[in-house]
Amino acid sequence: MPAPARPIRRHPTAEDAFDGPPRASAYVCEAASCMSARSHEITLRLKDAVAEAGLTDVLIKRVGCLGLCAAGPLVEIAETAQLFERVRPDSVDGIVTALGKVKPTDTRQPQGPFFEKQIRVVTENLGRVDPESLDDYVASGGYEALRRVLTEMTSTEVRDEITRSGLRGRGGAGYPVGLKWTTVAKAEGVQKYVVCNADEGDPGAFMDRSVLESDPFRVLEGMAIAAFAVHATEGYIYCRAEYPLAVERLRTAIRLAQRNGYLGTGIADTSFNFDIQIRLGAGAFVCGEETALIASIEGRRGTPRPRPPYPAVAGLWDCPTLINNVESYANVPTILRKGPEWYAQYGIGKSKGTKVFALAGRIVNTGLIEVPMGMTLREIVYDIGGGIIDGRPFKAVQTGGPSGGCIPAQFLDMPVGYESLLEVGSFMGSGGLIVMDDTSCMVDVAKYFQDFCRDESCGKCVPCRVGTTQLYMILDLITRGEATMEDLAQLERLAGIIQRTALCGLGQGAPNPIFSTLRYFRDEYLAHIVDKVCPAGVCTITPAEVGS
Amino acid sequence: MPVLHAKPQAPSDDKRWKIVETRMRRMGDRPAALIEALHATQEAFGYLDTDALNFVGDTLGVPHSRVYGVATFYSFFTLKPQGQHTCVVCTGTACYINGAKQILSGLEKGLHVKPKQTTEDGKVSILTARCVGSCSLAPAVIVDGEVKGKVKVDELVAELEAM
Repeated sequence: MPAPARPIRRHPTAEDAFDGPPRASAYVCEAASCMSARSHEITLRLKDAVAEAGLTDVLIKRVGCLGLCAAGPLVEIAETAQLFERVRPDSVDGIVTALGKVKPTDTRQPQGPFFEKQIRVVTENLGRVDPESLDDYVASGGYEALRRVLTEMTSTEVRDEITRSGLRGRGGAGYPVGLKWTTVAKAEGVQKYVVCNADEGDPGAFMDRSVLESDPFRVLEGMAIAAFAVHATEGYIYCRAEYPLAVERLRTAIRLAQRNGYLGTGIADTSFNFDIQIRLGAGAFVCGEETALIASIEGRRGTPRPRPPYPAVAGLWDCPTLINNVESYANVPTILRKGPEWYAQYGIGKSKGTKVFALAGRIVNTGLIEVPMGMTLREIVYDIGGGIIDGRPFKAVQTGGPSGGCIPAQFLDMPVGYESLLEVGSFMGSGGLIVMDDTSCMVDVAKYFQDFCRDESCGKCVPCRVGTTQLYMILDLITRGEATMEDLAQLERLAGIIQRTALCGLGQGAPNPIFSTLRYFRDEYLAHIVDKVCPAGVCTITPAEVGS
Repeated sequence: MPVLHAKPQAPSDDKRWKIVETRMRRMGDRPAALIEALHATQEAFGYLDTDALNFVGDTLGVPHSRVYGVATFYSFFTLKPQGQHTCVVCTGTACYINGAKQILSGLEKGLHVKPKQTTEDGKVSILTARCVGSCSLAPAVIVDGEVKGKVKVDELVAELEAM
């Protein structure tokens, strides 16, 4: 059966309705989370309701992610910053009344700690601009940086500014972006490529999705600047097929940018040429690894290959290729607009700037946040995140996805940065923060991630293909209360071997959840093995063996 | 290098093949278009059968073995027809912490299907996904392309049974 055709819906632009600036405006979040709660109907209903109420100087605008996904669908009155939570399409009267009361003298009021403690660089336009309107993006300072780069700067100067900003790869490993750009720029080859890694596979991470859905032009601008800096003329965005809305908005953005001379030949009336194509992933986690991603763009199975040569030297079709992730590119326009020194004022040590995190799990304010590097976990979890659901005790926060680790309560006051997370046995990763309370069994969590790695292993190298399955089987024994102390020793030994011998980041990182849970929650492992009890009551150990 | 072999014939005169052929031609009928072509085929037909795989391979100049290899490597592609309705259960970390396991076991009890299976009457297929990115709605499922958040397992089973 073919999929039923989608109804074509046209979103009127802001300027359709009237001349001049609006007296009041309501911003309706139309990113995936709120969209799934029918926020599009809210936009339509609000427009009707405003017309019925005779308010002619009011703007109803669709915007990207407003951030506080837990309370969605969200509508914000831009002039007063009044936020309406859990809005239903059939009850928009309150919003209309509030819109009617907005006076020209009104100013934005503080919205509480969730919003006030954030510093917005990548997310500065989220919840502010219409993601499918190029005019809106340009009006908020978009493409200023690209114009300046193309008309006033040399590629060396651009790379210098990025280097001085201290920006590091936001995909996880934290490789200095300026250094990578310089390597690609200096690599020999006539044809060079710029690739955007939008294969955000870490379970529990949705930063890139939100940025692509809410501000796609920013990523295109960042890629164009990167292309200028490394002398590339072709670009690819490799996006997960699981993000249909992000893909749709990207396609729209690319089309609009091409039509208006921000992509294609002679960009912004200069001699610079650059165009971007989208490639869809097909549900393979390993394709987030850069050499696997290249294989997938080339239409092959997404299996990694040994490095070197690095993609910066021999990447896509053996040409020098720059690969950064969505958030890295999204930082670029703002850094060039406001200056590298401005950007580097935020952060701690070698971790400069801000980081976007996706808060999820057992936390009150689930959603998307951007904070300066160096903020403590306590501030993130309790001040911004609003604490744990039902006031339960905090147990751990998981960062870095399946290659990351669990950070226990004793490190809540640790500043978050690339180095500090590595010190406590975790990993920055792409920025998913999963908060766990006492209802989570840490052995079960380790087993969950091992199951993930086992399933997603591409099968190319033996340590990962065979090893992750063996690790999973031992963890399964432990959670069923059938393991012995020898099994635990075997688990640790095997995990070490896999970490040292696997081919790519997936395999090398796969034992990390085991190491970090063993380091901080060894007593839970022992409870399963020796006492045959699951302290959190998650694992089903047969009562006969519990003995109490 | 110019491709000299004759243009392969579509497996049937179903009009949907035109869509697939157009997508492949736009990418120059090159081997690099393989994954895009498989996406187009699955979008049009719902799944990839052997005829479809061979046709795509012949058009793009990719050996059948490699087409099969790619189609089975990526979990997004399916070689079997799906049920009339699909229910994708998200098993990302946030959903896992918030009870995705209970949803799967509830579906197994209520509908007697495990992940990647279709109910006996061919009505509903159950699939799993590695995080659909709707972590704020955890636990989340996608029923026929529509995301449902904060799912209660009994209500979901009842809804799927009524389909």
